[in-house]
Amino acid sequence: MLETGIKLALTLTQIGVIMGIVLLTVAVLTLLERKVLGWMQDRMGPMEVGPYGILQPVADGLKLFFKEDIIPAGANKLMFSLAPILSLVPALIGFAVIPFGPNWTLEIFGVEFKPFVISDINIGILYILAFASIGAYGIILGGWSSNSKYSLLGGLRSAAQLISYELNVGLSIVGVLLLAGSLSMVQITEAQAGGFWNWFFFTLPFPQAIAFVVFIISAVAETNRVPFDLPEAESELVAGFFTEYSGMRFAFFFLAEYANMILVSCVATVLFFGGWHAPFSFLQGPESLTWVTGIFWFTVKVYFFLFLFFWLRATLPRLRYDQLMRFGWKVLLPIALGNIVVTSTLAYLFPGP
Amino acid sequence: MNTLVFFYFAGVIVLTASLVVALRNPIYSALSLLVMFFHVAGLYVTLHAEFLAAIQIIVYAGAILVLYLFVVMLLNVKREERFHQQRTVGVFLGLTLLAEGLLLSFRGEGPKFGREQSAESVPAVVGNTEGIGEVLYSTYLFPFEIASLILLVAMIGAVILTKKGIMESKS
Repeated sequence: MLETGIKLALTLTQIGVIMGIVLLTVAVLTLLERKVLGWMQDRMGPMEVGPYGILQPVADGLKLFFKEDIIPAGANKLMFSLAPILSLVPALIGFAVIPFGPNWTLEIFGVEFKPFVISDINIGILYILAFASIGAYGIILGGWSSNSKYSLLGGLRSAAQLISYELNVGLSIVGVLLLAGSLSMVQITEAQAGGFWNWFFFTLPFPQAIAFVVFIISAVAETNRVPFDLPEAESELVAGFFTEYSGMRFAFFFLAEYANMILVSCVATVLFFGGWHAPFSFLQGPESLTWVTGIFWFTVKVYFFLFLFFWLRATLPRLRYDQLMRFGWKVLLPIALGNIVVTSTLAYLFPGP
Repeated sequence: MNTLVFFYFAGVIVLTASLVVALRNPIYSALSLLVMFFHVAGLYVTLHAEFLAAIQIIVYAGAILVLYLFVVMLLNVKREERFHQQRTVGVFLGLTLLAEGLLLSFRGEGPKFGREQSAESVPAVVGNTEGIGEVLYSTYLFPFEIASLILLVAMIGAVILTKKGIMESKS
């Protein structure tokens, strides 16, 4: 009984810490995105609140918190309240299986405890995919329940887009799973230890670089970011599925989008770029300090991908709807399938050590 | 403890499954179907079939039900069109299923694919995913291939259906 209690307390602390870090990162990202976009467009970005505008996220948060919460007439109240929650929960729940540090097992009061991953389940990556696909419900229901044409169109577009690109995400990671021989995020990370040439982006017999390109394009589409932000295309649909949302409900959708970005960056880091492993093993430092360097390298890699998201947003124009569908089904899908065939053939011919 | 968990999942499954057909609003029906899928996945987890649980959610909740919702929202079905007279078929099917259930529960011995047996037949050393892969490509290779063939036929059928307009305009 006592053991269960300690285990519960430890896990809850861990969940709390990780949730806190993720939400804090979201706050940092909102500022960082505007700053990066500003610099890329030769502007300053937000400068008013605090020195160099670093208190902008606080101001944004306060504004959203105190805004009036409007439910449009004719909206389905239950679904309207449910939709933001349905889109935020799947975005946050995926972090449970992300290993962001070495696979250590501590013993605290006789309870085994892994400090750097909340839960090492043997189907880790499938768990993330499963909950990523649930995120679509929040968007569709939000669009439908608002009783607005723009919202409905945005919701429907997003449903079609998510289903199409989910498939590519799933198929593009199969090569990595074949090489790692496991679905567990911890074991996939372990399989890439030793240096950057062991990361699945570069690894022999067949580098998964092509799969990575497919993955990252599909991931951008799944998070509804530019250039795949058709569900919220402001020049056509006002704001898409969250046109009618305001105040905290809007903030929930906003949080979900950014949490999804972080989650996708974490998954890309773990699957293709070695997770918390340093590019050279001497950069990992002494054994006792592995956790510091591990978390450092993990953060660096994740922030690189987050920067990539901003970079894309500053660079590319939005796709048209038919271009989006044709690209997903006729270009990415065959590439992903071809990658599976080649990788499995080569993995069979040249089995690893 | 296990029995308690099982009865929770089973109860919710029965409740939400009946709500799917009982509710008037098709959106609510679809959502109670979603809740049901999650509880079925929960049942798989209690049977240590985590792989099946994840696949259940990805395929049914993530893809198929989203398409249902899609269709329901686009069609905006009117009420009188939704309810057909199917009482004869319903009564017939219901009686058959009820008889089957009663037969199974009164036969004395439990069903063949019971819980104890399935837990024994899967070796504990191999993970759930590996176990399924091995069984699928050795013991059940033939049914697996048949299923793949059926899916291929369905896929070709879907392609032909969308190509219909092009073919007619040519002839």
